[in-house]
Parts: sequence; structure tokens; C-alpha cells
Amino acid sequence: MRESSTLSGSEWAMDDLLAIEQFCAGHAERYGLDTFPNQMEVITSEQMLDSYVSSGLPVNYAHWSFGKHFLIESGKYQSGANALAYEIVLNTNPCIAFLMEGNSLAMQALVIPHACFGHNSFSKGNYLFQQWTQPDAVLDYMLFARNYVADCEERHGAERVEQTLDALHALRDQGLDKYKRPRKLDTRKERVEQARRLAVAQESMRQAEYYSVVPHAEKPTAAEPVFPASPEENLLYFIEKHAPKLEPWQRELARIVRKIAQYFYPQRQTQVMNEGWATFWHHRLLNDMYDARQIDQGILLECLHSHTNVIRQPEYGRLNPYALGFAAWNEIKRVCEAPTTEDREYLPEIAGQDWLKTFHDVMQNYRDESFLLQFLTPKLARDFRLMAIQTREGLDHWTVNDTAGGEGFKAIRSQLAASYRLESYIPEISVVRYGRDSDRKLVLQHQSYNGRTLHSAQTEQTLKHLRWLWGFDVTLEALDQSGRTIKTY
Amino acid sequence: MTSVIVDRRPDKGKSTANRQRVLKRLSGALKSQVDQLIARRKLNEHDKATEVTIERKDVSEPSFSIDPASGDSARVVPGNQHYRVGDKIPRDPAGGQGRGQGQGPGDGDDEDAFRFALSREEYLSLLFDELELPALVKKELLEIDENRFRRGGVVRYGNPGTVCVARTFKASIGRRVAAEAQFEEALEEAEAALKLARLSAEPARVQAAQLELKEVRQRGADIPFLDPVDLRHRSLIEVQSPRTAAVMFCLMDVSSSMDEARKDLAKRFFTLLYLFLTRKYAKVELVFIRHTDQAQEVDEDTFFNGTQAGSTKVLSALAKMHEIIRLRYPASQYNIFGAQASDGDSFGADSTESSAYLIAQLLPESRYFVYAEVGEASSNTPTSLWTAYCSIQSEQFNMATVKGRNEVYPALAKLFQKEQPVAYAMG
Repeated sequence: MRESSTLSGSEWAMDDLLAIEQFCAGHAERYGLDTFPNQMEVITSEQMLDSYVSSGLPVNYAHWSFGKHFLIESGKYQSGANALAYEIVLNTNPCIAFLMEGNSLAMQALVIPHACFGHNSFSKGNYLFQQWTQPDAVLDYMLFARNYVADCEERHGAERVEQTLDALHALRDQGLDKYKRPRKLDTRKERVEQARRLAVAQESMRQAEYYSVVPHAEKPTAAEPVFPASPEENLLYFIEKHAPKLEPWQRELARIVRKIAQYFYPQRQTQVMNEGWATFWHHRLLNDMYDARQIDQGILLECLHSHTNVIRQPEYGRLNPYALGFAAWNEIKRVCEAPTTEDREYLPEIAGQDWLKTFHDVMQNYRDESFLLQFLTPKLARDFRLMAIQTREGLDHWTVNDTAGGEGFKAIRSQLAASYRLESYIPEISVVRYGRDSDRKLVLQHQSYNGRTLHSAQTEQTLKHLRWLWGFDVTLEALDQSGRTIKTY
Repeated sequence: MTSVIVDRRPDKGKSTANRQRVLKRLSGALKSQVDQLIARRKLNEHDKATEVTIERKDVSEPSFSIDPASGDSARVVPGNQHYRVGDKIPRDPAGGQGRGQGQGPGDGDDEDAFRFALSREEYLSLLFDELELPALVKKELLEIDENRFRRGGVVRYGNPGTVCVARTFKASIGRRVAAEAQFEEALEEAEAALKLARLSAEPARVQAAQLELKEVRQRGADIPFLDPVDLRHRSLIEVQSPRTAAVMFCLMDVSSSMDEARKDLAKRFFTLLYLFLTRKYAKVELVFIRHTDQAQEVDEDTFFNGTQAGSTKVLSALAKMHEIIRLRYPASQYNIFGAQASDGDSFGADSTESSAYLIAQLLPESRYFVYAEVGEASSNTPTSLWTAYCSIQSEQFNMATVKGRNEVYPALAKLFQKEQPVAYAMG
């Protein structure tokens, strides 16, 4: 039996989830956390795996690769190698948070503030999410995409659709307008637009047919201008607009793959900040709920146990974004409230400021790279015992360049921040020439830095897909830092 | 701001479409897995789910990526307790990739293969695809026998879905005919009473008679076209599948001329027959008899994998089968099935003797005996056993050559098509 209104024990009912959400909402308001309305969905472990494979999107089109990931993930889960995430949350409006049915009451009490208030407020407030995603429209768009793909399978055969999607998926990372802001998604407009694009394509085909029977009086003699005029970094976009042989429905698929890849662009750039933010707030809100006697000590202790596991940082391992993020936000709070001389030297702009105001400002206007560059404190680097190491191609060892205690803090800070740039792990490839009026050959360039070259087997495989899409010859020139071609694929 | 809770648990099977697609994609790799499983599994294990291992390279998804071994790399590592500036740390040949890979789901772990479970249906479908079974047979074998229903005539009660319209109308007509006859009789009586009353000229009597007539007329008008008592329902009776027992004798020549390919075909042949029998009979026992010039009852493992040298004498196996039937499986209690696989070699009088023995001793006791001559024929002339068996004229006997996997089913086709006779031996 449960005493009064304090939650205890490990069993939960639907009402308890709603109660936790209400408690959190009460406390969150005091901190000015601005959130989308929450929609908590209770799911089974199998459904959690479903969400994994489509990166949290509740609706997705059918493709074998999702089936593959499902098999791999469920195998790992069943063999006990991996535990499932307790929650998955997607930036939609309303904010959909998936909660596993197998979680204990304490786990739900941890997960709800984490997802429904932490991640929710982050994706509502952060500038990248605001610019790149449309939380109101994404579910409608996914529904459109699913139906469109199913429709294509019916019209054009599942095999051709699969082959097209395989090829497009290979170029998924090259489907971003990194500097242009995407247009707002709107399903209704999208359908109208799609019909318009189809009509334009058909019209141009008719014209081409017409001109092919009308003899030309004179041939254009001027030298072919270079096209595109400036290199195009968005390969998928270029294919959608210019691939000579694609059918209209294939262009539409290219668009769908591109739009979805784009949707995850902000998430990939804010992992440390976002997880740290959510972890900070679940920690805070849990303590508030305990102080208000809304949860009992048993729940708090179980939550703290899980919390400690989440922020564990193994030595010499990969940096745990939860641990780093949580520590970084706590450091910001400390610097605001009780700055040391060192903090005043490194972070004068926030030392002694109102911590809550600073928090919201930072959450809204930074991403991992700029966040770490700006707010990593020397104390955090010492606490984490960070060191910067370096190696060169062919060397059999790493050399320690800087350690946290000494002079090397700034070097560590900038190196750490740089490792969170997308460009540090996604190769920069752009379209430089398209022989639009001649042989229709496509020329790509890869710009490498610090001698980091493309993985040749993977590149060959990817180019095979690209050549199939393009229908004509495609070459890739790999350039070194000084602009010399080192390899041509 | 309103928050809601949705219970999503009932929406199951979202991954089914993707699973079908990946299995189709993997069909090549899965086929070779199934081949290995057929060699490894026992006959009565085929009807179960199984685990398979798939190489990652079979399902790789390429993308442009940076070669982790190339160029200069720099990392920031936490937890340093040992090293000072300028120290050298040996490079881990396997790891050392740092971040770069491992962003997407499913990447980031270096295992070359992954395991997953194939359901019973998926496994059998792959098995059947190779055997080129007709769709109907496939369906029958894939179905798990649940209780079946058969029509059980017409009853008065049932749920609305089972109403039998024709029979209901029939009942309604009968009831109305009966009721109207009664009504007309009553009407005549009432009219006669009214006439008499008018003749008697007593107003009270006339009034009473008029009232009576009106009532009778009303009763006539009240006869319903359809009445609940007319309702008839089709009845369905649950039929217990016959609780009968069968025994399947697997006979195989294991002399050296039976090579691995032949044994593989034989195993598929036995497997399909066994699956078929388990659909028809509640309990199927297996007896394995291998023979060279002598017959032995052995366990399944020895049967398929053991080797034995010697010449060939088919009769010894048939005699062994007969002996076991007499000792353990009386024909009154068991449906006896014999399946013989051989390359057809036999010497001297053995084939004709075997054929005669089969006709005289075994066929009268058996429900069915099927002989499969497996593998490519070594010469153009039919083998001696084949020639001898050709003389057997019986509904319960069938023989076929099985040169490839797609010929396993035709060898058993007759059995599958045959309507099972009504007389079951009760176990």
C-alpha cells in the first residue's frame, strides 16, 4: 500500500507516470524550462528496438537496412551484451518520449525528467534545432515518406526502389547544406510541390522530344562554361536536381533521404550538450521531487545508482558524452556561483553571473564544438585527467602532447572541441564539374586535411552506387592539403 | 499545456516488413546456412526455430569514410594517471580509430558476424524453396495443426454470424402455414358464431361475437413473417485430429558407393517425409536401419554419419524392418511407413529376392513404402534394384529417382496427393 501521495516501491501504473510528469512540470517551471507538451508512450522492448533502428522516428519507410539493424540490435540485447536505452525522445511537437514497460517506477522517475524536460526543453530552445528541424511537421513528413515509398514499390517494383534507396543511403552523409538553412517542411505544400516538380520534368521531356525532331540551324560553338559555377557540397541535392537519367520518383526518393538526414544534423552536433543538459536536469528535478516528498528515499537511491552508471567515465576510453556534458554544465553553475581566480581568468564573461540565466543563454546559442571551446574549465580538464595525444601515419605509437595539469589546457581545449566538428569524421566531398552539354561526366573532389585520406574499398563501393544513380561516368579526385591530386577513383 | 500518456504496446510487428526485406536480401547466405543445418539437425528437430549466423560483409552498407590508419591523428583521452608530456604510448593495432566511425547505430562494434533467430516458418520456407514444393503442400506443412472444425448440420441456437438464411425461411414458411391454417379455422368459427348471434338477435351476444371476431382477425394479422423460433444456425463441430501413431522406417544403404552428396539427398528425402507424417499423425516414431550386406538398427547420428565397409544386400534391411515390426510395432496399432534410399546397387539375386520379400511380407503390413534412388546414375542402364522394384504393382508402393534437391518432392508427391483412407489404426 502506498502512503499518501509519496511515490514508492517499484511497480507503477499509468497514473504514476502522469503524476511524475506533473511533479516535474511544477519544479521545471521555477527554472524557466520551456518545453513542448509531453506525450509519453509506453512501449515494449521490441518496440524500443524498432525505435532504435529508425533513430527514434516513430514512422519510417520500409527498407532492409532497418531490418538488419533490428536483427543486430536484438541479438545484442538478447545475448545480454547491450542493455536497451531506458528512453528515446524525438524533437517533435508534442514531444514524444518512449518509455519502456520494463522500467521500474524509479527508472521512470529518472527517465521522465531526463527526456520530457531535459531533452524536450533543449530541442525547443537550441538554435540548431530551431533552424534545422520542424517539430510540428516531421511526423507528417515521415508519414508522407512512408506512403510515398510504399507507393513507389507498388508502381515501380520493390527491387528498383530498394536499389535506389541503397544507393541514396550510401550518400546520406553528403546530403547536407551545412551553411544554408533548410526550408520549412509542410506536408501539404510538399505534395503540391511534388506534383509541380513532376509536371516540370514531364514538360521538359516533351520539349526535348520536340527539339530532337526539329533540325538545328546552328550548333552552339562557345566553350562550355564550368558547371556548377561553385562547388556543390550537397551531393544528394545535386543528384536530385541534375542526375541525367533518374526518373521523377527516384528524385523524390533522393529528396526524402536528404530531408531525413538533415533532420538529424542538429542532434549529431549537440550530443554532449544535450545529454549533459538532460542529465543535469533529471538530477536536479529528482532531488526537488524528493525534497517535496513526492518520491521516497528508495526511489531516489535507485535513481542515483542509475545516474552514477550513466555518468561513469572509463579511463583511457572514449569520452562519455553524458559524463562530460553533466560535468560541463555543473562547472558552468559553479563558475557562476563561486568563481575562483582561475575561473575569472578563463571565463570572465560568466563568472559571478546568474547561473540560470547563463544556462538558458548557453543552451540556446551553442553546439558541442563552440560549447567546449568556450566553457571547458581548467578544473574540469584536471578532474577528467585529460591528455592530448598525437600520432602520424605509419608511426607505431602516440605521443603525449599536453596533460591537464600543466600549460597545455588551451591546447587540450581546442583539440577536444575540434574533435566534435562534423568535418573531423565525415569526409568533405563536393561536386566540381558536370559535363552537362558534353559527356555528362561528373567530377567530385575530396579535400583531405592532415593527410587523412579516404578509405579506398569503401569509396569504391560508394562510387559504384553513385555511378548507378548518375548513369554516366563519375570520378572522384582526392586532393591533399595543398590541392594536389593524390588519387583518382 | 497538456501532457498525455499513450499505451503503444498493442501496436506490434512494426518491424515485420523490414524483417522480410532483410531476409530476402540475405537469402543467398541463409540458404548455405540452411544446408549446414540440414546436415547437422536431427529429423525431428527441423520443425523448430533456429539460430543462424550472418557475415557482416553480406549486408554491408558503404559510405564515404576516412581511413582511420591514414594521416595525422589527434585525440583527447580522459583518465590519464601515468603519462607526462613527451611520453610515447604504443598504438593499438586493432583500436586506435578514435571517434570517426561508430556514429550510426550498428556500427562501432567490430564483430564480423551477427546471430539471429529464424522462426520455424522462415526456416522451413527456406528448406522448402530448395525442394521446390508446390504452394499448397508448403502451406499444409507450415500450418501448425490446430483443432479443425467441420460442418455439423443445422441447429436452433447459435451466434448471428452463423444464421443459415435458407433454412430460417423454410422454418418460417412452415410455421406460417401451420399458424394460418389454425387462424382460418378460428376465423370460420368466429364468423359462424356471429351469424348465429345475429339470428338470435340478442345485442349482447352480437357484441360479444363481434369482439371475438375482431380478436381472431387481429391474431391473424399478428402472425409474424419471421419469428425468433424460425432461426436456424449452421453448426460447426470441433474435430479432434485422429490420435494415431505412425512409425517411419528409414532404410539406407551405407556402403562406400553412397557418397556425401547422395546422403544429403537422402536426408532431405527422409526429412520431408517425416514433416509430412508429423502433420498427419499425432506421434511419429523413427527407426533407422542402415545396411551393407548386413542390416543394423542404429541411432540417427550413426545412420547419417557413420561409415561401414561391405558389399550390399538390400534384403537384410527389409528383413530387419520386418523383424522390428513384429517385435515392437504391430500393424494394428501403428501406421507403418517405409522409406528406402539407395544408389540402387545390389548384387546377384538380392534385388529380385528383395522385391519379392517386399510384396509378400512388408507391403501387406505397411501403409506406404517409398523407394528413392539417389544421385546421378553411374551408367545408362537402370540399376538392378530399380529393375526389380519395377515389377511391384501396388497402390502402397512408389519409387523415384532423386538426382537433385528439386526432385525430392516428386518422389513423395503421390503420397502428398493421396487422400488418406478413412480407416486409421488407432494408437
